[in-house]
Amino acid sequence: MTLRLYLLQRLTAVLMVPLIIAHLVTIIYATHHGLSAAEILGRTRGSLGWATFYGSFVLLAAVHASLGVRSVAADWTPLRSAALDALMWLFCLALVLLGARGVYAVIAT
Amino acid sequence: MVHRISGVLLACFLPLHFLVLGLAIEHAASLDRFLKWTEEPGVRLIETALVFVLAVHLLGGIRVLLIENLAWRPGQKQIATAVIGIAGTVAMLFLLLTL
Amino acid sequence: MSDVIAVSIWRGRDDGRYVDYKVPRLDSQTVLDVVTYVQRELDPTLSYRFACRVGVCGSCAMTVNGRPRWTCRTHVGKVAGGGRLELAPLANLPVVKDLATDMTQFFEKWQRAKGNFSPSKTRNDPVVQIRPSSPARVVVDKAIECINCGICYAACDSVRWDPVYLGPAALNRAWTLVNDERDASNRERLAAVAAVGGCHSCHTHQSCERHCPQSINPTASIAGLKRRTVRAYWSGELE
Repeated sequence: MTLRLYLLQRLTAVLMVPLIIAHLVTIIYATHHGLSAAEILGRTRGSLGWATFYGSFVLLAAVHASLGVRSVAADWTPLRSAALDALMWLFCLALVLLGARGVYAVIAT
Repeated sequence: MVHRISGVLLACFLPLHFLVLGLAIEHAASLDRFLKWTEEPGVRLIETALVFVLAVHLLGGIRVLLIENLAWRPGQKQIATAVIGIAGTVAMLFLLLTL
Repeated sequence: MSDVIAVSIWRGRDDGRYVDYKVPRLDSQTVLDVVTYVQRELDPTLSYRFACRVGVCGSCAMTVNGRPRWTCRTHVGKVAGGGRLELAPLANLPVVKDLATDMTQFFEKWQRAKGNFSPSKTRNDPVVQIRPSSPARVVVDKAIECINCGICYAACDSVRWDPVYLGPAALNRAWTLVNDERDASNRERLAAVAAVGGCHSCHTHQSCERHCPQSINPTASIAGLKRRTVRAYWSGELE
């Protein structure tokens, strides 16, 4: 990994630490206060706060996971630079799109 | 190595997680059915394992950040073992709190 | 304790096979003694390297029961549990013959990491005063005792997985020079260790630190290089 990828990996990791803790707390809260689709959506629909929280979470996770996958692929598969970058971008795009769709799904009214 | 495997597992799980959430767009009913399914004990176990994997990856990542940025301290392997222990505890807490 | 050791030794090149020998066990015996016995008494065609036999040169490094060690400093009692030993050449390097490896790539990477000193003064300048207690020198002294035995290189997962990775020894040496105020080529050195295959490929597994017979910690040195290169990046000195 070059310096930029390395830095990005460490930065997204650090930024995600508080988000993950918040996410786990949210899940524990949700389990106690209603876990049906209607109840969950009742809390998230139309919320700018949740949109921001989960929107950034999706972006950070997408970048971090794609960089990690690139590292693993570089070490454990015969793929080399151009193919590795392609894999990384593909995976990142997939996560961003799926994640954005998921966030939209629970936020949009 | 644990850190790497846990990362790969999480990377596999994440797209599925996003897909399920996307169900809420038009298929609120299927989201409900899915949520009902997650109350099954077998699924609970998988969820707990998932949280364990997440905790392991998170704490392993913090270990890397510490080694790379703070002064060296001997006995880091012991710390790593303690970290796995904490990860296990976190997973157990999750199981208990959501039971 | 039986008085015979069953030793399996790698014979051949990269493709070869293990051959079994029986060596009498002695009270004070190192793995190097075992190899020497095989070559002198059982099979003169066995090829292996050694020099000082007292743990200061690093020539006798081999894979002993799966781990890279100095054979002259490995007491048989410590590794031949059950009277069995398996000896192979150092990992991650091409095999010349039997237990001898080709260290060319190891030293090439040393050069690529700019592990060589570049003077900044001439003989007519006053001698630079470097106090051993100065923080930079303390850092250097912790990592300076490397004798290029190759054990860290053989133990490293990233070296095994990534053919262009410079490796712990080369990067460790680069770190000692980065902290040497007399050196003149730190700009090129930081660029060299920040390139593809440089310090950022280290995954902090710490196998190097675990196996180094000189108690050097290349992981920490490489972490230092990571911090230094990031700092240089932010201040615009790099890339």
